[in-house]
Amino acid sequence: MDPQPAGSAVTAADPDLWVDQHGDYLYRYALARVRETAVAEDLVQETFLAALRGLEGFVGRSTERTWLTSILKRKIIDFFRRKGRNRTTQEAPAKGDAAKSDFDDAGWWRNLPASWGNNPSAALEEREFLKAFQHCLGKMPDRLAAAFTLREMEGLSTEELTQHLETTPGNMGVILHRARLALRRCLETNWFHAKIDEV
Amino acid sequence: MLSCKEVTRLVSDSMDNSKLTIWQRMQVRLHLLMCSLCSRFRKQAEFLRLAARKHTSANEDSAKGPNLSEDARERIKKVLRSGS
Repeated sequence: MDPQPAGSAVTAADPDLWVDQHGDYLYRYALARVRETAVAEDLVQETFLAALRGLEGFVGRSTERTWLTSILKRKIIDFFRRKGRNRTTQEAPAKGDAAKSDFDDAGWWRNLPASWGNNPSAALEEREFLKAFQHCLGKMPDRLAAAFTLREMEGLSTEELTQHLETTPGNMGVILHRARLALRRCLETNWFHAKIDEV
Repeated sequence: MLSCKEVTRLVSDSMDNSKLTIWQRMQVRLHLLMCSLCSRFRKQAEFLRLAARKHTSANEDSAKGPNLSEDARERIKKVLRSGS
């Protein structure tokens, strides 16, 4: 029998089919953002449960997958909202904090950003690079990683971000600035330097 | 004159749709013309954005990407059956 086409109405009788049809997609979607297998699995489960309870909310407004993804998106935002409440890194920057250590007291570069070669974009085609990217995001303080992920992966606006992470626009600017500095520093060390040394 | 820390902050802000004043824009532009390190930061910050998008789409689109483990799949199905 043909699998149920994505646009058809859902019946509560086939959650098994749901998991088979959309489970992997939703899992990959979640994993790219939250980076931890167990967390991604939980979010997928919560998404299906919420969908099951809200079945009437569906019926043809969108494809099944789009609908499930929109539920998952909200779960992901909630996850980062909780994670992002961990403010320790924001109020008292640790001594390894990038925004502090990248500049001297007068605000000039202390750790000079290195060149990433003529064509850094080539790295985007390499699976290993995406792993390094993931690794670096994972190493960032929670609040920075939450802000960066919601901004650059989920595409949330700064207004939405300030709401979810309960902060001011000014502070959000500080956080995103720090996140970008930390991420570029980490990628430089873990990817670009390593690559340049090899050549 | 703006410091590199201030300029990179404004560059970062401008990537998040916050409007710079004309005066700020001029200062940033002038600084970037003279400072190769801050121009480098700008390019690299834009690269990070690209990488973030690539990272998400690579995972979603490819069937080669990681899948739910059999365990997780069964567990979720079980929960859904009892939850329905």
